[in-house]
Amino acid sequence: MTMPEQILSGATVFALALLSLALLVTVWRIIRGPTLPDRVLGLDMLVAIAIGLIAVVAIRTGFNLYIDIAIALGLVGFLATVAFARFVLARGLSPEKASPEQAAAGAGKRGRTPQAKVARRKRKGGR
Amino acid sequence: MFEAIITLSVAVLLVGGATFSLLAAIGIVRFPDLYTRMHAASKAGTVGSGLLLLAAGLHSLDVAILFRALAGFFFFVLTAPISAHLLAKAAHQAGYRLAKQSVIDQLPQKEEPRRH
Repeated sequence: MTMPEQILSGATVFALALLSLALLVTVWRIIRGPTLPDRVLGLDMLVAIAIGLIAVVAIRTGFNLYIDIAIALGLVGFLATVAFARFVLARGLSPEKASPEQAAAGAGKRGRTPQAKVARRKRKGGR
Repeated sequence: MFEAIITLSVAVLLVGGATFSLLAAIGIVRFPDLYTRMHAASKAGTVGSGLLLLAAGLHSLDVAILFRALAGFFFFVLTAPISAHLLAKAAHQAGYRLAKQSVIDQLPQKEEPRRH
């Protein structure tokens, strides 16, 4: 093994370690994320990191076909994010997130309080 | 000699791309609300995965595969702003608030000021 190849091997291991750490950090945001769009954003970021991971694996194993898989994964991730954005738009705010005091009051019975219904009607009627 | 230079540049691209991806992930965790997190995810994340793809294409020493990797990079650069903009617009229209540190929100909410 020559000197540049050793450096490349070390660089792949370093990149894999960094990408694994990035995956863990992003998963923490998905679990924690206070709202739905935060989680969607975390999933988008997860796809981007997975694409990088696949590229590193392609370098490490020498199978160039992995690059096509990465491109296909990018397409799927883009479509998933667009679909989730449409869903966020169609759903609006979740009832328990409408206001903090309501969330504190209605923690036991989720979301079907009359105030929430009125607020939702108002939101839908606007524009 | 030529292959050594290619290999070393691939190593540099790998380290740079992985660093960008990690910085984007840290930005997602550290920023206060969705609209600021989106900056980290859509800019640094795209550059990170794009650099890694470029490294994979360069490592193959094949023009066809290099162009395929470049096409993938171009595709990500094209789609990342679109998806980020769609998600931010949907969240803003659905009524998710900005963080308290925000100074101004120039996109008016649906119902508040224009009514009366």
